Amino acid sequence: MESSKCYHCGDSCSNTAVHFDEKIFCCQGCKMVYEIFSANGLEYYYDLEAAAGTTPDFKPHKFDYLDNPEIVNRLLEFNEEGMQVVNLHIPHIHCSSCIWVLENLNRLHPAVKSSQVDFPQKRIRVCFTTSEYTLKELVVLLSRIGYEPTISLDDYGKKKAKVDRSLIYKLGVAGFAFGNVMLLSFPEYFEVEEFWLEQYKVVFRWLMFAFSLPVVLYAAQDYFISAYKGLRSKLLNIDVPIALGVLALFFRSTVDIVFDFGSGFFDSLTGLIFFLLVGKFFQQKTYAFLSFERDYKSYFPIAVTRLRDSGQEENIEIYKVKSGDRLIIRNQEIIPVDCMLLKGNAEIDYSFVTGESQAIAKQPGDNLFAGGKQLGGVVEVEAMKSVSQSYLTQLWGNSVFSKNKATGFQTITDAIGRRFTLAVLSIAVIAASFWLWYDPTKAANVFTAVLIIACPCAIALAAPFTLGNMMRIFGKYGCYLKDTNVLERMAKIGTVVFDKTGTLTTSNERSITYEGMELYPEEAALLKTTLRGSNHPLSRSLYQILQENHIQTLDEFTEELGKGLEGKANDQSIRIGSAEYVGTEQQQDFSETSVHISTNNTYKGRFAFRNNYRKGLPHLFETLKTKASLYILSGDNDGEREALNQLLPFEVQMYFNQKPEDKLEFIEKLQEYGKVMMVGDGLNDAGALAQSDVGVAVAENVNVFSPACDAILDGKVITRLSRFLELAKRSMGIIKWSFLLSLCYNLIGLYFAVTGQLEPVIAAILMPLSSISIVAFTTVATNLVARRLTQTIQNES
Amino acid sequence: MSVIYVLLAISISVAILFFIAFVVSVRQGQYDDAYTPSVRMLFEDELVEESTENNNQDRSQTE
Repeated sequence: MESSKCYHCGDSCSNTAVHFDEKIFCCQGCKMVYEIFSANGLEYYYDLEAAAGTTPDFKPHKFDYLDNPEIVNRLLEFNEEGMQVVNLHIPHIHCSSCIWVLENLNRLHPAVKSSQVDFPQKRIRVCFTTSEYTLKELVVLLSRIGYEPTISLDDYGKKKAKVDRSLIYKLGVAGFAFGNVMLLSFPEYFEVEEFWLEQYKVVFRWLMFAFSLPVVLYAAQDYFISAYKGLRSKLLNIDVPIALGVLALFFRSTVDIVFDFGSGFFDSLTGLIFFLLVGKFFQQKTYAFLSFERDYKSYFPIAVTRLRDSGQEENIEIYKVKSGDRLIIRNQEIIPVDCMLLKGNAEIDYSFVTGESQAIAKQPGDNLFAGGKQLGGVVEVEAMKSVSQSYLTQLWGNSVFSKNKATGFQTITDAIGRRFTLAVLSIAVIAASFWLWYDPTKAANVFTAVLIIACPCAIALAAPFTLGNMMRIFGKYGCYLKDTNVLERMAKIGTVVFDKTGTLTTSNERSITYEGMELYPEEAALLKTTLRGSNHPLSRSLYQILQENHIQTLDEFTEELGKGLEGKANDQSIRIGSAEYVGTEQQQDFSETSVHISTNNTYKGRFAFRNNYRKGLPHLFETLKTKASLYILSGDNDGEREALNQLLPFEVQMYFNQKPEDKLEFIEKLQEYGKVMMVGDGLNDAGALAQSDVGVAVAENVNVFSPACDAILDGKVITRLSRFLELAKRSMGIIKWSFLLSLCYNLIGLYFAVTGQLEPVIAAILMPLSSISIVAFTTVATNLVARRLTQTIQNES
Repeated sequence: MSVIYVLLAISISVAILFFIAFVVSVRQGQYDDAYTPSVRMLFEDELVEESTENNNQDRSQTE
């Protein structure tokens, strides 16, 4: 079987295989890439990773807009003295072969001076000389070898994003100081009365003081700011006791060394902040290749072809499109503005807007909405609005998109922080007043000791490590979360709302049924032969399911984009395509995609494509039922109500004909009763996703577009949703247990503090010990809980 | 024992030197992409091997 796989892309080669150089290719495109590589000594590409390539889907005019210097300038990162630097996003980058070939671009063209791949972000940075090369040629070259960059409106005038690296600096400062202070304070732990130590302890102590200054002033900054903000809005968050502890540590230690009371707690101070920052760093896991903030911009093209009055075509930036402009939309292009169709037949795929993958046919005079993709041939349209005024783009003006869900949500750590702060303060005050009465010299000592030892380092670490670890586990199983806050919100979900099309159904598994007159064997053979020549997705999937037939040679073959195919052989002719093209009067049923067939000008019948529901839905609903109340919202008509009722194990409330705003309002209403999770996919769900407490976008391919959301779920694992919800709840349990554990440490410490015998060495042992055991506990616990999940997943499959 | 001052000065300046090296490397973006260099590192060997192969061929031709 190995031999029938394409040498370049690994797809199975049916009878369309191309043999070349003793290798087999599935199509001419793959063969061509191989030729380019082998001609330039890049065959190593195939040694590195077998069958790493993709079939180049190259359209010669697609990048014509890069002839416009204004647009090019917007894209370039650097442009001076004959040198240009561009940073392109190439979604196809997926393996080491890709890195290798893209970093050896200079072998393909000498003008390329250097190229560097950023694998996690799937970006390439190319530096080239402009004297003999242009950006357009570079992009075309990349497309030819199967690495077509996506250039979207998102790249338009994007300034080089400033990366926030302050956390790494802070971590560096704290770690540096922690290590050095530990070294310097080590002698004092054990050898108290040693002669030389007595002699030089002042130097050592002031050195420690110097090291901890940048830690308090710089590395611990965030905790002071957050505590201050919390107090100002009358909230006692967890950062308040942390900030108090840090201040107590610092001032107590300074007083200690100034008056020679002891060596101070500089080791605990720097260690505390170092561990806290490590926790923060661990929590900050991001998926560089995913974007949770995407809006229509990352989907829209950067330029469009405008027809001048004189009939000349020009490429202009999308923001310059005015109402009344005449635009040319080609095959596979996105309609950027609301417009009216003037010439040509449009077949629009609104899957990006509605999640509905079936194309809709439009005639001249019809209105087209922004966001649709033209599947047919070239059409001419007249813009009715500018980009920013179009229906789709206005949806983004809604205020739900600018609100931050995390700010209104009290995390479990902050919730406990309030009680914790009050308890610590009252213990400190009580202990101090007891000592004031009993031995006033020790009162201040005890007061600060309580604040120091009760500093909730372990508590503050419990959530970041549990949630951070759980987030990585989620990612491993196909659910990518925006941040750890999403996980906490997920644990509180009481209602789950599903979109239907694209979420519960999948366009990957379509069932195809034939309705109409039976085809004669020779007609069936002709049908298969004709379909073979077409690259249209419908032709491809139809070709796959048809039985093997004797393949004939066609006498004649024509394909009209967006309409259909015509094939002739042995005095037989066949037409395959839209109802209109085939010539039938039959009523078009828009709820189904169909391919119509006629032979020798007589109508035969049609193949109907239906989207299937994803596998395992009954099981998903069954398991979710116990956890949350369920709803289904759909933008479609209620034709599927019966099918859904039969599929699902119990009655689910369903609402049909829901417009994007309706969905948003529906979620808002449900939120009065509890936390709502929205599971959707298309842009029509974008509002609902933003409004819900947890918006989950279901994507067939996580690298392509998904609307702004809190989590991206791989469509193949949607059945695990109830497992994910359970895991989120369990994580909260783990956090609570680790709170208990760290409280034990605090109680031990408090005993020393309240009795006035807190030595620096005790603090220095207790503090890291509690932090490390919390980290160990949460890591082990999350992995154990997740292992149970994997076992059930394995059992299910 | 005043040599301790010298020792301290040396040890701290070495530590600070490394700290500065760390800050500079972060600033240059060396920690932004921690994955690609690990793969790239493996390629360089292969390229060298390829060129030595060519050299061998050249040599065998001249011989």
